[in-house]
Amino acid sequence: MDSNISSRPSEVATPPRSKFKTNVSGRYTADRIFAAAAWTATGIAVAILAWLLLTILIDGVGTLNLNFLQSLPSRRPERAGIFPALVGTIWLMAAVAAISFPVGVGAGIFLEEFSENDNWFTRAVEINIGNLAGVPSIIYGLLGLAVFVRIFEPITGGRSVLSGALTLSLLILPVIIVATREALRAVPSSMRLAGYALGANRWQVVWSHVLPAAMPGILTGVILALSRAIGETAPLIAVGAAVFISFTPPLSPAGLQTQFTAMPIQIYNWISRPQEEFHYLAASGIIVLMTVLLMMNAIAIYLRNKFQKQQ
Amino acid sequence: MTADAPFDIATGSWKPKRDRANLIQSIVKLVCGAFAAISIFTTIGIVATLIFEAIAFLQEIPLSQFLTDTKWTPLFSTQQFGIFVLVSATIMISVISLLVAAPLGLLAAICLSEYASPNIRRILKPILEILAGVPTVVYGYFALLTVTPFLQSFIPGLQGFNALSAGLVLGVMITPMVASLSEDALYSVPRSLKDGSYALGATKRETVTSVVLPAALSGIVSSLILAVSRAVGETMIVTLAAGANPTLGFNPFVPVMTMTSFIVQVTAGDAPHGTIEYKTIYAVGMTLFLITLALNIFSFWFVRRFREKYE
Repeated sequence: MDSNISSRPSEVATPPRSKFKTNVSGRYTADRIFAAAAWTATGIAVAILAWLLLTILIDGVGTLNLNFLQSLPSRRPERAGIFPALVGTIWLMAAVAAISFPVGVGAGIFLEEFSENDNWFTRAVEINIGNLAGVPSIIYGLLGLAVFVRIFEPITGGRSVLSGALTLSLLILPVIIVATREALRAVPSSMRLAGYALGANRWQVVWSHVLPAAMPGILTGVILALSRAIGETAPLIAVGAAVFISFTPPLSPAGLQTQFTAMPIQIYNWISRPQEEFHYLAASGIIVLMTVLLMMNAIAIYLRNKFQKQQ
Repeated sequence: MTADAPFDIATGSWKPKRDRANLIQSIVKLVCGAFAAISIFTTIGIVATLIFEAIAFLQEIPLSQFLTDTKWTPLFSTQQFGIFVLVSATIMISVISLLVAAPLGLLAAICLSEYASPNIRRILKPILEILAGVPTVVYGYFALLTVTPFLQSFIPGLQGFNALSAGLVLGVMITPMVASLSEDALYSVPRSLKDGSYALGATKRETVTSVVLPAALSGIVSSLILAVSRAVGETMIVTLAAGANPTLGFNPFVPVMTMTSFIVQVTAGDAPHGTIEYKTIYAVGMTLFLITLALNIFSFWFVRRFREKYE
């Protein structure tokens, strides 16, 4: 075989010179640059987060002490504390949870379980939820100012905890509704069919089987929605959360109608002051706020993992 | 099943209380339907409030003056109402944030979906979620008290309040949104397209840039538009870091006032109802709402028009 090839060199086919530049090494180099760029971008995002958290920690840990947690804000930075804001935030979140949980879960149940045919009402609700999710939070504040503070003043007491809670509930309602629908959809239909086969009507099946099965997913969504609401500042300012308040709202139903402040508002107020000591206080306040947030997210993730394990 | 079913001992038959169960179901359906209708009422409330007060505003200030005036001084003695002063600041800050978020978010999404191993993805995704969950007051603190001094060290003439650091930090804030929405879009490109590209001898970078990105383009563009819409509506970062000096123009090194920071400035103070200042916040709010609504609708239309269906 070898002799055949070597004795007739003119008939051995040499591949024609390719019209395409293969340039393999150049392309692979470009590949490496591209991959490096992708990793760098991710690294930059992580690095900025680390920079942010470290700055807050370094600035705030100095003034973070028990005195800080228990004092009222004052004009003297060494005596200022975050206590009314902390109470206000807890009070506010309790009210928001009490309002938005039933309304959001109820609306989700309606959309998912009680509306089979695609009628105009269901479609209108779904379009509205999609739109409302994209509305800036300050607009919700304007709505709260016009409706809850002014029009509903006899019920809410004007610029009060209740007005703020109602406004924030409207803000996170789309999030809860979507989370509820996802959780309900994840329940296998065999459970529902078994209930129907035993003669239960739709609500009985939902209440006794579907809802308990979907509850971890629903709770995860609600906790994540609340952790969004806890950091909202703009709608609370618009609704009239007092930026300088020196008493704590009483923890009673009458307290719902009093003026209030919340942690993000207090932090915003401290940052806006020119004196540097208040900036350290703001950083301490941020540490408190982020700790509460992290705890809520940890609970939500734990619930989500437990839910997935059960699946 | 229902635990209170009457058991007729004499005949040994068991009759379920269907009437009562159906009555309960009707009541529950009504209540849940009312909860679902709250979303429709919220949208109606927002639109009605904004329109009502904006019309009251336009009865005092003609629309031509609103659109063409070159200064924004509604709180001073000589009142001028040029909305484009605020709109120009909003546009400038949003463009800066997009210049940060688009490359960072897109490259991070590509890294997450193409280059990262499942272990790394399990660490990176929660980090991105944390970035997305940080309250905007915290970003405002970071922008004013950390990024601005940092930038001042190598940009001479950068003022304490400026649009540049607000825009940069705003970009970091919306990066997780771009990253996660783009990653969903990249993930939905079917594997057969990528395999076909590799089979033709393309490298990973060539596959991503020539096959995957164009296929996912509608989702990516939609994510960018939604991120811009979020940036336009953002309040606390720009209020804290960009200052409160309404200037018409696109200079990022000076303090500016955006639409959202104007609304916060007025509502944090005391604008009695019925005054022109009160009506002004609703006129600005209406403009803001229309801009974000237009962006969201455009994003939906874009996806509907350009999405590739691979079923």
